[in-house]
Order: sequence, then structure tokens, then C-alpha cells
Amino acid sequence: MEARSRIESPDVEREASTTVVSIHSDADIVAARQKGRELARSLGFSAGEATLVATAISELARNVVQYAIRGEVALWPVTSGRRRGIAISVRDEGPGIPDVDRALEDGFSTSGRLGLGLPGVRRLMDEIDIESTPGRGTLVCATKWRH
Amino acid sequence: MEEPKQGAYMEVPILKQGAYLIATVQSALTDGDLLKLRDTLVVSVSKHRARGVILDLTALDVLDSFSTRTLRDLAHMIRLRGAEMVIVGIQPEVAFAMAQFGLTLEGISTTLDLEEGLAYLDGSTKPNRIA
Amino acid sequence: MPNTRDQTAILSPPSVATVALLTELVSHLRNNRTHLREEWVRLITEAELLTAMSRDEIFAEATSVYDSYVEGLETGTLEALQSYARNLSERIIPRGVETHEVVGIVLLLRDVLARSLFAKYRSDFTILNRMLDAYEPAANRIAITVAVGFVQERERVIREQQEAIRELSTPVLQVRERLLILPIIGVIDPHRARQLTEQLLRGIRTNRARVVVIDITGVAAIDASVANHLVLTVEAARLLGATVIVTGLSPEIAQTLVKIGVDLGKMTTVGDLQGGIEEAERLLGYKVFPIGGTQGS
Repeated sequence: MEARSRIESPDVEREASTTVVSIHSDADIVAARQKGRELARSLGFSAGEATLVATAISELARNVVQYAIRGEVALWPVTSGRRRGIAISVRDEGPGIPDVDRALEDGFSTSGRLGLGLPGVRRLMDEIDIESTPGRGTLVCATKWRH
Repeated sequence: MEEPKQGAYMEVPILKQGAYLIATVQSALTDGDLLKLRDTLVVSVSKHRARGVILDLTALDVLDSFSTRTLRDLAHMIRLRGAEMVIVGIQPEVAFAMAQFGLTLEGISTTLDLEEGLAYLDGSTKPNRIA
Repeated sequence: MPNTRDQTAILSPPSVATVALLTELVSHLRNNRTHLREEWVRLITEAELLTAMSRDEIFAEATSVYDSYVEGLETGTLEALQSYARNLSERIIPRGVETHEVVGIVLLLRDVLARSLFAKYRSDFTILNRMLDAYEPAANRIAITVAVGFVQERERVIREQQEAIRELSTPVLQVRERLLILPIIGVIDPHRARQLTEQLLRGIRTNRARVVVIDITGVAAIDASVANHLVLTVEAARLLGATVIVTGLSPEIAQTLVKIGVDLGKMTTVGDLQGGIEEAERLLGYKVFPIGGTQGS
């Protein structure tokens, strides 16, 4: 699936280079979240905010490892007017999420586990956008803006 | 319950201090490392007849839903073996992220650091202590 | 497609003819530097700009701006001018210089130089036009660069001041060993709420606090979002080994919050600050003796 999303409206601009981490093992989850923290700090986010971003990445990357075997995390800086922020996209070709809206509700659980952690990720980030086709894959995009 | 996959794991140092075990995790702790640590601690508690376990998370960069679930399992398993676990050293930023996410370590004792953790265990495991 | 790069940093690449014109222009400006600069300073004083600075200071800054201006025209890049503009802003903002003054003086310089071009080339309309064609876009870019640099610096200073005020207005007080008090006064927006929590958590670590009393008597409006944030703070504090006591939450407000779904179950609340402190001391194992009295009296 295309690593762009509805979140990238015309007035949000992708700046400069994108960092890509391919996700296959649990070590990749750690690598992706460390890169996320580094990028967030370099963009001027506080240590606290960078931890929110790293936690979101950790959660999303783990969904890939657990449900889709392999996938990709991309991170890049964005601007919108005078605001600066960080954008994350997590893409996989796994089984997909049948009901995205329910997955974003608190208390939803798949296969007896505690779900995909998506409501939590939404609380950590400012914007989240999920596109998923059962049998084809999932793309989660999330953005956090600096204060 | 999850099982650790085959592969290379980072050894988490576990020290024995009297009747307590102290495990100090490093920052780049993978899911596999955590599961291995869980199993190792449980075995060690039995083997050394430990009364308390201190898990030092000072260096841990992120605590997400998987780690939280695993830590709850660990606390439960340790309690089943007659010991008490206390988690110490969670960083303010990590605590904030957990709270924002909606994760709790309910039922697990948490203290600021190792010193507080030891004081806590001393208070709760010494049999004749007046509360 | 909007250009994400800083538009003002590089003037558009000039044609060969324009380069020749700009070279001639630049030497004209250099040769007449003394007289044009004085003219500019005279106009600045006449327009009553930069009144916060002395004449000598104005003259010194005018010299730097003039030279950077001409250099900008010559090299076609504005980096030197940008960093000078930032540097100048850092110095004059604390002196109370306003945006309209900075924009004003740059426009005056543009006019002074344009007039001198009129004077020099007035006998040949064609050459004058070509000179102005080369000069005007460059001059406009320069004006924008200096003005924007100044405004951005001002905004940065204002943000820092606001941040400092926020921090000052909510001190985390250590009154006893292991006990922190956080009195919150005023309106809490989401940004301030997050900042308060971060301050508190850092305070718990620094002071090794075991109990925190958060007093919200002075909070203007306690709605669901403030309450939820309080709950969040209580949870995060617990992860650092600290117990939170919330004071100043009236039973009526508490009831209302519970009705709209806020889970106050995990929060210890006491009516007033004094009661909260006493409860905190009890938790910490303190006994308080009234001065001159005996224990228990």
C-alpha cells in the first residue's frame, strides 16, 4: 500500500529525508522506536514528547511483528504553516483490520488478547489515520506537532 | 502466555542481595529479552528461595502494552512462588507516556529507586515488623 | 507545489545581463557609501525611529546593515544578512525596539538607494529602468528577510517569557521531607496541564517525594478534561512511588464529574489543603506536636 495517507493534506508538507526501518523481529521494534526518539529530539521535541512518540512507534511496530510478520516503519519531519512536527507511517501486508472504527474504541480486543493498542496510540499522538483491507494489509499514519 | 523465540538474548544481570534478587534492565530491551528475563527470574526465585524481587527499570526507554502485560504476568508468577516483586526506577517521561496511553501496573508495587525499593521490601517481608 | 525551503535565503539566479547591472550597482553603492549612509541615518532620525538608541548606536548599526545589504546584492545570497538580522534583533528587542521601526528603517534604506539610482541615471531612462529591474526584486527580498528575522526573534522571546511565567506561577513546594505540595491556580489548558504534570513528576524524582498534595481550590474551571488529567497525573505519580492527595475538590463537583464518567476511584481526596497536609503527614508517619503543648493535645 502507498505510504502516504489522508493525513497528508495539501497544507502539510513532507520535509527532507525519510527514515525507514524494516520490521521483522523484536529487535527492529527497538530500533524503530530509538530512531523515532532521535528524530523527535532533533526536531526540538522535549524528552517527554519524544517518549510519547517512541511509545507509539513501539506499539505499532509490534502489531506488525505479531500479526503481519513483516512490514515497514517510516519517519519524517513535517511542517504546516509555522507548526513543525513528526510523522510516522507503519505499513504491513498482514491480515488487515476488519473493523477499524471498533479497533480504535477502548476495550476492543482481538483473539482474546488486549487488542492492537490503537486507542492508546491515538492518545499519544495528535492525529492518526488508519487504512486497512482485510487480506491485503494495513497502513497506520500518525503525526505529532511540537508545542 | 508468550514463549521466547530462539535466538540471541541480552543477559540481564541479576544480583542476589540477602533474600532479595535485583535485576537491572538495559535500555534496548527487546520483547524476547523481557520474556527470557521473566522466565529466568521465576526460576531464580525458586532456586534461591528469594523473598523479594526488585526489577530496576531506570534505563528502560519505553514501557508499552506488551511490556506491561509481561510485567504483570511476572509479578503474578513471583507471588505464586511466595515472593514479592517491586518495580523501581521508572523514568518520569516513561510514567507519563504510560499514563497517557492508559497502561497501569495495577497490583504491582512501584517505588522511585533501588533504595526505596529495598526499604519497601524490608517493610513488607520482615515477619515481625510493626506496620 | 509549495516550496518547503526557506524562500528568502537565495535570490533567484540572475541572468548574465542582470549580474553586470548588479555589479555596477554595487560599486556605485560602495563608492557613495559615506554619503548614502548619512542620508539614511538622517531620515531615520527625522522619522523618529529607533528612539531607544543613541545617535552613535544608530550610526554603528546603520553601517553594519548597509554593508550587509550591499553584500547581499553582490553575492546573491542572504545568509550573512539573515544572521546579522537575527543578531541585531537579539540585541535591540530587549531595548524595546518595535517591529514597525525595523521595517521602517529597512524601507528607508531601500528608498535612499533607489533615489540615488534615479539621480545617477536620470539622463538615460532605458538604463535607469534596467537598473531598477535588477535592484527592486533584490531590495524587496532583503527587506522581507530583515523584517521576518526580527519578527521571528520577537516571537521566540515572547514564547520563552510565557514559558517562564507559567513555570513561576506554579511552584512545586517541598515543605517537609518526602512531601510536595502543588497549589494550582487559574485556568488550565491542555498544554499547561501537561506541563504541570511533567514538572510534578520531575519534582517527585528530584525531591524523592513519597506524598504529593495537589490543591485545586484555585482552579477556575474543573471540567472533565482537567479531571481526567488529574487522574492521569495520579497514576503516573504512583509509578514513581508517590501517593497523590487532591484537595480543594468539593463534593458537588466530584459528584458531577463522576456522573459524566470521570473515574475518581483511584484518587484520594480531602476537603481542604490543611486537611490534605495532615493526611499526608499521617501517611508519612509524622506526628505533629503543637509548640509548647504535649503530644495528643
